[in-house]
Amino acid sequence: MRSLLSLALAAAVGVFAAGAAPASEGPAIPKRTWSWDGVFGQYDVKQLQRGFLVFKDVCSNCHAMKLVAYRNLTALGLSEDAIKKIAAEKEVMDGPNDAGDMFKRPARLSDRIVPPFPNDNAARSANNGALPPDLSLMAKARKGGPDYIHALMMGYKDPPKDVTVADGMNYNTAFPGNQIAMPPQMQDDLVTYADGTKATADQIAQDIAAFLNWAAEPELNERKSLGLKTMIFLVVLTAMLYALKRKIWADLH
Amino acid sequence: MSSAPAPVWNNKLIKWVDDRLPIFTLMHGSAVAYPTPKNLNYWWNFGSLALFVLVVMLMTGIFLAMSYTPHVDHAFNSVERIMRDVNYGWLLRYLHMNGGSMFFIVVYIHLFRNLYYGSYKAPREILWWIGVIILLAMMATAFMGYVLPWGQMSFWGATVITNLFSAVPVVGDYIVSWLWGGFSIDNPTLNRFFSLHYLLPFVIFGLAVVHLWALHTSKSNNPLGVEIKTPADSIPFHPYYTIKDFYGVGVFLIFYMFFVFYAPNFFGEPDNYIPANPLVTPPHIVPEWYFLPFYAILRAIPDKLGGVVAMFGAIIVLFFLPWLDTSKVRSAKFRPIYKQFFWIFLIDCIVLGWVGANPPEGHFVLIGQISTAYYFFHFLILMPVLGFLEPTRPVPASISQPVLKEKA
Amino acid sequence: MASSTTHDHAQPSPAAPESGESRRDFLLYATSAVGAAGTVLALWPFVHSMNPAADTLALSSTEVDLGPIAEGQSITVTWRGKPVFVRHRTADEIKAAQGVDVKALREPQADKDRVKKPEWLIMVGVCTHLGCIPLGQKPAEPKGEFGGWFCPCHGSHYDTSGRIRKGPAPANLPVPEYTFLSDTLVRIG
Repeated sequence: MRSLLSLALAAAVGVFAAGAAPASEGPAIPKRTWSWDGVFGQYDVKQLQRGFLVFKDVCSNCHAMKLVAYRNLTALGLSEDAIKKIAAEKEVMDGPNDAGDMFKRPARLSDRIVPPFPNDNAARSANNGALPPDLSLMAKARKGGPDYIHALMMGYKDPPKDVTVADGMNYNTAFPGNQIAMPPQMQDDLVTYADGTKATADQIAQDIAAFLNWAAEPELNERKSLGLKTMIFLVVLTAMLYALKRKIWADLH
Repeated sequence: MSSAPAPVWNNKLIKWVDDRLPIFTLMHGSAVAYPTPKNLNYWWNFGSLALFVLVVMLMTGIFLAMSYTPHVDHAFNSVERIMRDVNYGWLLRYLHMNGGSMFFIVVYIHLFRNLYYGSYKAPREILWWIGVIILLAMMATAFMGYVLPWGQMSFWGATVITNLFSAVPVVGDYIVSWLWGGFSIDNPTLNRFFSLHYLLPFVIFGLAVVHLWALHTSKSNNPLGVEIKTPADSIPFHPYYTIKDFYGVGVFLIFYMFFVFYAPNFFGEPDNYIPANPLVTPPHIVPEWYFLPFYAILRAIPDKLGGVVAMFGAIIVLFFLPWLDTSKVRSAKFRPIYKQFFWIFLIDCIVLGWVGANPPEGHFVLIGQISTAYYFFHFLILMPVLGFLEPTRPVPASISQPVLKEKA
Repeated sequence: MASSTTHDHAQPSPAAPESGESRRDFLLYATSAVGAAGTVLALWPFVHSMNPAADTLALSSTEVDLGPIAEGQSITVTWRGKPVFVRHRTADEIKAAQGVDVKALREPQADKDRVKKPEWLIMVGVCTHLGCIPLGQKPAEPKGEFGGWFCPCHGSHYDTSGRIRKGPAPANLPVPEYTFLSDTLVRIG
């Protein structure tokens, strides 16, 4: 009768193996290593600063990041004055004032990052009908997260001969369906890094992926360090509970 | 509880209260002196673990609700505000989000332990029914909770699941628009789901109390499946099982906290971090993992009404289990054939879950149909027939008997 | 693991069951203490989640343009969800506020300690009794017996420096932190 179970197990394994072919979920994204990988991993503040520079100078011309406020940027190690200056470059609508009029004022620390377009329709009309998605949660909202973002940035290739790319679209090996409206952005020396890091296209793609991961998971550093303390505490407590359990049950036998 | 003598309270205050409201006597009878089989293994920890998770879910849920806004324009952003601005909001939210998955892991193990040791059999039928009702209430609660963050999966999961009811003949469409409070999933739907998601956990808590009441009436089953017969068969709940349950909570917390702190989105879908968009369906809609086997059963039947009936039938059939299982012997320990079919059934459920996670194409369709057929075959044919035909191994006369034998 | 407690050497070698007993008690107390401490620590995130959130705290400053406020006029602005009274005081009002015998006040405070520039009185307009908003901001409203503000809920009278002079309120109207960014621009908070 034992053979009945092994037969079923073998059948189940066979079924799993047969079905292991990847479902139609877009191209496979290679796993990369990041500074925040693993139990002890934390963000690299210098990398986040570089990524923010890329976001500010390149991405934010089309993409919004509405969930992140300027005050949050202190987590990147930027001084409050520096962030105030960055914020003041943009204007936000405020009001109504005493006369009942809406007015524009420079953005403050408490404002969320000012989007490039006043609304989605304006964004579409400025981008050939395609809406550049908000980047606040991009690293959580795509399978592969930062790996995907990096692969997408570096995935612009000439299309294979049998593929016709639609008008206004670009061929990208990482994008599901391979045709993306966003034109390629990464190129060597697209930005100049203040910390002297060589701005190769791949470096820039890594940095922006890191920054977007921070934007999506700003709590990561705190989460991991609190997690470590919690785990140590729980292991100690559980070991004590186990010892006590052994002691209490000992007088039964 | 008659076997536990009524305690004598020496403390004056305790005595004063207990004479008026015998709460201390009640607690003493059900959590201290309560006679418990001495041979329970660690699979019996999952009942108290379920209660622990329920309390964690209630606590985190109540505090999350203080910062959540159930409105289609604000729900998504209010959840992100919890994640970003509320003090420890990210912790409460990840505890709650992963707590949902933990709850189902614990309850499914609890349920399969029941199936293995025949705990649903007489005289524990009503105890078992209440358990199944709790499972149904948990499913409803989890489903509605998943809608609240108002992401793409929230919205489209809600759309698909509520549309199940349109399969009901004649009044189906009426029921669906009644559930929605409109012509699609919209603000009224979100509001009522929030209301019910807040209410149902307290209902579950009440059901858990009744579950415990029934348990303490019929007493715990045990790995041998024979009832407590002599005082030597049982030990007081405290300190033996209190400490064992606490130890179980410790181990469980290590498992739970690993996900909360190091893989908080492991059980989630990336699409739910995209705000709900009623005009765009994500390419691949999947329910949360704990619904996948039922989702596979739904899709296995190529008929709308048939699929819905099969899916609900998969749970309804559990109510009849005490009578579908015709065996005189409770525990699979003494049922060599059933024991193997138990594991096959478990594998069948996992295969169903795996089919449910994949698009209904190609060989998944056939595998899903075979596993669905086997699911019902197990309950409706195998269990009744096996009870009559299976040669069982000799059952010990009492709980202490095999222990004494081993010592001798 | 079960017997590895530091308590072992505390009692050299009495009767075996007794030492087992006390070792168990020690383990019980130690485990209970650790468990209780953990539970208390775990409650803190719940409690702290009810404190003002980061975005709420970030909004806790307000800028006010003083330019349009003529002498003798008041405006009310919102700061942290509460009304702040900004009053452009007349020379008479300033004189009245400064001429008071500080020692006789319920909460002794000189007028110069309540303002940065004598013509501008800025204070939180919430009665220190039970949180109502005193009247006196608009010309038609009663200003109380001391020409300042009057709380209609329980009849507290405040003078032209916002100090409590009569009625049940225990303290003066509080002055928030503020700075003059320029002659006509004030940031509160």
